[in-house]
Amino acid sequence: MKQLLVLGAGTAGTMIVNRLRRRLDAGEWDITVVDHDDIHPYQPGYLFLPFGTYSPDQITRSRHGTLPDGVDFVIGEVDHVDAPTNTVALVDGRTLSYDYLVVASGTTPRPDQTPGMLQAEWRRSIFDFYTIEGAKALTKALQTFDHGRLVVHITDMPIKCPVAPLEFTFLADAWLRERGLRDRVEIVYVTPLPGAFTKPVCSTALGHLLDERKIALETDFMVERIDVEKKALVSYDEREVPFDLLVTVPLNMGADFVARSGLGDELNYVPVDKHTLQSKSYPNVFAVGDASDIPASKAGSVAHFSVEVFTDNFLQLIAGKPMTGSFDGHANCFIESGNGKGLLIDFNYDTEPLPGKYPLPLVGPLGLLKETRANHLGKLAFRWIYWNVLLPGHSMPVPTHMSMVGKTTTKTATNTTTQ
Amino acid sequence: MPVTTLDGHQIHVNEEGFLTDHAEWDDNLATVLAAQIGITLTDEHWKAIRFLRKDFEQMGETATLRRVSTVGGIPIKALFVLFPAKPAKKMAYVAGLPKPHGCV
Repeated sequence: MKQLLVLGAGTAGTMIVNRLRRRLDAGEWDITVVDHDDIHPYQPGYLFLPFGTYSPDQITRSRHGTLPDGVDFVIGEVDHVDAPTNTVALVDGRTLSYDYLVVASGTTPRPDQTPGMLQAEWRRSIFDFYTIEGAKALTKALQTFDHGRLVVHITDMPIKCPVAPLEFTFLADAWLRERGLRDRVEIVYVTPLPGAFTKPVCSTALGHLLDERKIALETDFMVERIDVEKKALVSYDEREVPFDLLVTVPLNMGADFVARSGLGDELNYVPVDKHTLQSKSYPNVFAVGDASDIPASKAGSVAHFSVEVFTDNFLQLIAGKPMTGSFDGHANCFIESGNGKGLLIDFNYDTEPLPGKYPLPLVGPLGLLKETRANHLGKLAFRWIYWNVLLPGHSMPVPTHMSMVGKTTTKTATNTTTQ
Repeated sequence: MPVTTLDGHQIHVNEEGFLTDHAEWDDNLATVLAAQIGITLTDEHWKAIRFLRKDFEQMGETATLRRVSTVGGIPIKALFVLFPAKPAKKMAYVAGLPKPHGCV
């Protein structure tokens, strides 16, 4: 029997085993997937928890329930991958061997990496919302927050779902207005980027939304530490941003076992070919989803589109054929802007988000880079799609590769991203 | 891409003045580029620039500040002193490399 081993039963790992179990001969291939627990979170839902849109039980399911029959699910902590011998050692002493390995262990917020973050103010006046515990703690804190400085902060790029901190800011603005508290709260958005977002056209559009809402923008801010006494962010170039309530996105890093295995870069991401997701060091190792170093957004949509390319390529590879699929970095993200409205952006490695219609040119029904109610409803509907269409590995009625049809080009559509 | 002449060096640059042909770069040009943004290169600057050039050759991408710090061994704090305000962008400019991706 041949063995496909997948490390991580999150968005990418679950889609992969569901798709490949249907397409790999059960008499020839065993598929095993490893994760440290049996809770699959719907991560886009974290954003809504603090504002009471969702309750915690609506955004988690058992991983078992999302995996198909014929896939072994191992609950355990990975100690390291020994790529030269095609084996994976678990912390509890078990060893798993493989013919092909997929690293799908994602990326995790690491508040321990910024001095001062995890000290006395952690979850008292400093919160994250990329974990269920953080989102729950923030829910409580917001209930009693009625005046002062609310600072929303990104430590460094890349982060998963790079639009989420902006969405949080827009939702907090709307939420405070609804409660009649907006005039008593100063909102500041602090980013290491030179603008509101990474890509020029989008950055301008989103920067405009911040202006409209009277949200101050502090750019090129690389945090060195948090001054716990003063309750202030301090940058490497010695700027200080004081806060009463800090909602931060800690440094994001890939899994520590990736580093222990010698498979990672400085942030524990696995260097891969950006079109095939194949490891640059071991041809039978792939990294899919947030775990790789591809220069695309760390987002579920990227995981989804890249899994489609990966599974077809994988079947070619094991048949001894060249891999013909090439992932283009396609991402699309809904951006909640508050008051029941949202935007949608669609982009890839080479083309930045542009205005237009999606998925059907001119018709839509979703407007690109434009605030509409349909985009907000699309975002809410996506939770059902995630559990029932995406994770089981069914096809979505949208193209895998990004299309320029239906997009409006102004001057340069080509991307020169920066930080 | 426009061609420009800087202190006798004919170079290809993009709309922001970053070199588009990395082979046109040499030590002398680095000094000229640094002067354009008001920086006089010291040994410390050169250490960062050499790391950036070497790393780009190996990885095909411009190193981020964090990478220059963890892999290249130059603390981020020092980089902000050497290349004030926007060190990632300024280092890449002087080293004749594209701006780092880091973002998306």
